Amino acid sequence: MSTPRIGVLALQGAVAEHARALRAAGAEVSTVRRPSELEGLDGLIVPGGESTTMARLAAPVGLLGSIRERHAEGMAMFGTCAGMILMADQILDAEALTGFERIGGLDVVVRRNGYGGQLESFVGPLEVAGLPGEDKTPLEAVFIRAPVIESLGTEVEVIASWQDRPVAVRQGRILAASFHPELTPDHRLHRYFVEITAEHKVS
Amino acid sequence: MTTESTTHTAAATGATAVNTGLAQMLKGGVIMDVVTREQARIAEDAGAVAVMALERVPADIRATGGVARMSDPDLITGIIDEVSIPVMAKARIGHFVEAQILEHLKVDYIDESEVLSPADYIHHIDKSKFKVPFVCGATNLGEALRRITEGASMIRSKGEAGTGDVSEAMKHIRTINGEIARLTSLAEDELYLAAKDLQAPYALVKQIAREGRLPVVLFVAGGVATPADAAMMMQMGADGVFVGSGIFKSGNPAERAAAIVKATTYYDDPAVVAEASKGLGEAMVGINVADLPAPHRLAERGW
Repeated sequence: MSTPRIGVLALQGAVAEHARALRAAGAEVSTVRRPSELEGLDGLIVPGGESTTMARLAAPVGLLGSIRERHAEGMAMFGTCAGMILMADQILDAEALTGFERIGGLDVVVRRNGYGGQLESFVGPLEVAGLPGEDKTPLEAVFIRAPVIESLGTEVEVIASWQDRPVAVRQGRILAASFHPELTPDHRLHRYFVEITAEHKVS
Repeated sequence: MTTESTTHTAAATGATAVNTGLAQMLKGGVIMDVVTREQARIAEDAGAVAVMALERVPADIRATGGVARMSDPDLITGIIDEVSIPVMAKARIGHFVEAQILEHLKVDYIDESEVLSPADYIHHIDKSKFKVPFVCGATNLGEALRRITEGASMIRSKGEAGTGDVSEAMKHIRTINGEIARLTSLAEDELYLAAKDLQAPYALVKQIAREGRLPVVLFVAGGVATPADAAMMMQMGADGVFVGSGIFKSGNPAERAAAIVKATTYYDDPAVVAEASKGLGEAMVGINVADLPAPHRLAERGW
């Protein structure tokens, strides 16, 4: 199998951290700020950052529609924190995003800043189901002003929960996490995404 | 707190990870000074990654003179209620009680800022005592490393706030980058003297020499007023920009704010920066830093 080509949406946020983790997980990595840069990608990461900022930058250049099209053609997607918000089909408590186009496609209802502000940010050991490799120890999950998944559709599989709430989910070739796997040196979740991408590889 | 079950050491590491991590989430973005809820809304709608809530922008602090202090808590909580993006607020250098108040108000980040009048001309706040993260100004690498040692989770170069003159911001980022580059070229046994010269801890100096970068995010502040200013700072290697007086002291704040956001993302594409620069109306009038008598230079506050 050839090396999957994975892009990182690079409008704003933790772009370099995701790129580093993806390279360590065995992908060929590029950054995406324009629709043309989606060409030939097998997967795309939408990183953590501010979802309001990314939505406002992406819409006018036609990136969101192009991402949806490429995803329909087979491109896998992985959204972390703000990225998950942009992929969610429905958002609660998000006046700031009202009227703004998003990517969508993930059948979940998400609440932004679900745990509260920065003083409620935390790090915790997280069991994740289905990770590749022998190491089944918990991930160190960093939650920063994290979104909360309030409910999910029948096609969505929960792969990790924190205090009985889902925090990482998979729906076909979409992976999403409310925490930040790119901030820790443990790249198992990125390897998992590289595997999903390889399974669905179109090119 | 959800981290209670973890060990003390893990909890301490956790605090660092979430606080430096929040700054990583702001990268590639623009943080805007706002003095009212309405301005905060305009900033969020324009794509700001965070707002700095304060009573007067630096240009007005300059014009008014007198002692500049932390803002009224009502103003800060009003802005926290207004927007969904992170809210920062300023405490005076060394004023740990202002910082305690800001933490109590649940701001997302405290800026221990030279823009306000210093409360202590010798010591900065011991930021390691707080759960809330701090951003601090620096004009050179030694200053940045002293602030990081005290617990800052993010550094911004100081520039010269409230002037609309980007030359000091340029000087500071060039200085910091240059000093980092110099460290990476030194032999290991030369780093002891380098640490002494920088007046910074040896372990941190050694880490910078090895990694070639600060261990925290570096934004640029002070004098950024146009999309081109922001793009230039990004090309200089900044992780993002603060725009203080530049937006709400200009003719058309909403459009200028959105234009600076766009220029920060597409900083290396002159076509986009040119387009973003069109038809923005008047920029803030500005003051040339060279015309400012030394006692009025804010960048010289902090040590």
